[in-house]
Amino acid sequence: MNLTLILFIVLVVVAVTSAAGLLVSRNTVYAALFLVLNFATVAVFYLLLGAPFIALAQVTIYAGAIMVLFLFVIMLLGSEKLPRGQVLPWQRPMAIVLAAVLLAEAGFLLFQRLQLTASLTNPEASVNTTESLRALGMALFTQYLLPFEVTSVLLLVAMVGVIVLTKKEKGEQG
Amino acid sequence: MAQTIPLSGYLAISAALFAMGTLGVLIRRNPLIIFMSVELMLNAANLAFVAFARSFGVLTGQIFVFFVMTVSAAEVAVGLALIIIIFRNKHSIDVDLMNSLKG
Repeated sequence: MNLTLILFIVLVVVAVTSAAGLLVSRNTVYAALFLVLNFATVAVFYLLLGAPFIALAQVTIYAGAIMVLFLFVIMLLGSEKLPRGQVLPWQRPMAIVLAAVLLAEAGFLLFQRLQLTASLTNPEASVNTTESLRALGMALFTQYLLPFEVTSVLLLVAMVGVIVLTKKEKGEQG
Repeated sequence: MAQTIPLSGYLAISAALFAMGTLGVLIRRNPLIIFMSVELMLNAANLAFVAFARSFGVLTGQIFVFFVMTVSAAEVAVGLALIIIIFRNKHSIDVDLMNSLKG
């Protein structure tokens, strides 16, 4: 047991537990906070994989911006408690069975291709952080410059769209 | 480091998180939590992307993850705006009440 393996196991436990907390918590605010914890553990996974830029983007964009937006909307809508009881009585067991089937299928594929994945280099073979960051920046601003600029248009469209959607018509009440 | 985690370990946790996200979309009726489960699924896919990028020694996977994050930020903004409009019209955000096309 080396340190990396122990860290990995702890992270897996925290990630799965926080995802389960998201699924079962009745209070929407708690669900959002569980999701923040999950995003933080995924960010540490990225660090383990030698991707510091993605890890920090994960913390600032997901755990920072997106979850603050979520919490803001939860506060705005009064974190409404929905009544218990399903409209479709078979929905919950059916959903659990389907999710188990999906997980089993993914596990089967993983197990079947174990030879293939084992033949690849192990993820944490030492990585030069400065070099990889420089290469990432170069790729982003040369080879992928057009997609990068298109995302700025996408964000602008989303911003304008949201403002138009939530704008009240003239003379409309509340 | 003497012992490293194989790629399949990362893929397994990615698959587990994706399955839990799917389960959340299927069993919850609060659209905010359904939305958060979708974000969980996106994150699981991103984790697989980064793991594969590291294994193959290419940066394209990381760049793709960056674009996925940007798109999901835009998606969350529009989606939450839609939820707010639905709340304004129906005074509830229960997904079972969203059963008519004309509000």
